[in-house]
Amino acid sequence: METILAIIIGFMIIGALFALHAKDLLSALIACGIVGYGLVICFLLLKAPDLAIVQIVVETITLIIMVAVVLDSSRRELKEKASIRVKGISYVNTRYVVNIIAVILFTALLLFFFSESIDVLAPFGQHATRMSTAYIEHAADQTGSANLVTGVVFDFRGYDTMGEATILFTAVIGILTILRIKGKEK
Amino acid sequence: MHGMTSIVKTVARIVVGVIFLYGVYIITHGHLTPGGGFAVGAVIAGAFILLVLAFGSDVLKLKVREAGSSTFESISILAFLLLAVGALFIGTHVFFQNYLPKGKVGELISAGVIPLYNIAVGVEVAAALVTIFLALVIYKEEVK
Amino acid sequence: MTLYILCFALFLTGLYGVLTKRNIIKIVIGLSVMEFSIFLFLALIGYTNNGDAPILVNGKEQLLFVDPLPQAMVLTAIVIGLATNAMLLAIAIRIYRKYGTFDVRKINQLKG
Repeated sequence: METILAIIIGFMIIGALFALHAKDLLSALIACGIVGYGLVICFLLLKAPDLAIVQIVVETITLIIMVAVVLDSSRRELKEKASIRVKGISYVNTRYVVNIIAVILFTALLLFFFSESIDVLAPFGQHATRMSTAYIEHAADQTGSANLVTGVVFDFRGYDTMGEATILFTAVIGILTILRIKGKEK
Repeated sequence: MHGMTSIVKTVARIVVGVIFLYGVYIITHGHLTPGGGFAVGAVIAGAFILLVLAFGSDVLKLKVREAGSSTFESISILAFLLLAVGALFIGTHVFFQNYLPKGKVGELISAGVIPLYNIAVGVEVAAALVTIFLALVIYKEEVK
Repeated sequence: MTLYILCFALFLTGLYGVLTKRNIIKIVIGLSVMEFSIFLFLALIGYTNNGDAPILVNGKEQLLFVDPLPQAMVLTAIVIGLATNAMLLAIAIRIYRKYGTFDVRKINQLKG
């Protein structure tokens, strides 16, 4: 179980690295789709069917909108210089080397501190949250729904759902304001 | 924006009805099987997006003033808030309480007011996603 | 334990994309990868060994369920991530319409 999950997360990391380094914007978007669909397989292995349904449909709609934005702009290439040519001799761009060294140092430091702080959590496979046993025993009696996740989302944690509906509404208003058609033109 | 070939149009006519029926089935059984309001909103929005992409926007004559999807979204989020406020008047006077009777666990009419919340959230998410798609993909061509 | 560290490595990949790339579309992809790693971390916390999916079925007697609380949190977070991405893309469309490029180093007409 753990080895299968580790292999799938490894593929997701490789896909994300390729998506950030691709020269063509369209291939970068398709590689971003690999990360999203790999996450669906991980959700199914972790016994969460609700999340798998939502993630698959939302990922497809995100890919459609992003491809429509990129194709219409007619800009696909991305250039980055790794070495400069001065009078026939090629020097290495110093900013590029400093970038890479800073990234490696920063990554090692963050990984070290993260592994120190994970020691508080229980190992993979035991209950980690405190309210979980109370929710599992009383959710079916007090809400009356056979789907425990729906009972928790709409009854025990109803304020979060109300906030999420409001956020979606505000985002739509924001998009319609940014792309407003009639502006002041002088 | 032009539509696609006639093979795509014929298949789209058949498939859209099946997708819509699948979405309605999941939303009414939201408290018995995995699913719920958020997944269904995205599925129904996908059905409408398929229609617009297959037939082209000049056949359907979409204009900015006639888009009714934002009206649907406002009505459904008002319904959600009215259901929550209605708990102040019926039964125990606590905001956001589950006040309709809870039947037996496992039947279609059970779990109090949760199926009504499912329908309101599903319609709201579907209308929001269709409005986002129309604004980002189709209406930006009119400015040029 | 190694699963949590791999999850954090995915987060760092997204952070690298947001900080060092010049194209707006690559920045949006990096932000999306960061959000995926957080969803995965929350779903990993709520897993118990030999647990079943948290749905009661008539006629079967289940004793051990997977934790439903982190799943409820991830469910709303996915839809909020979609709203954020859509808004960033609307801003990207406006920038392309005015400047003709997606490069963030050439957007310098707003001088303080």
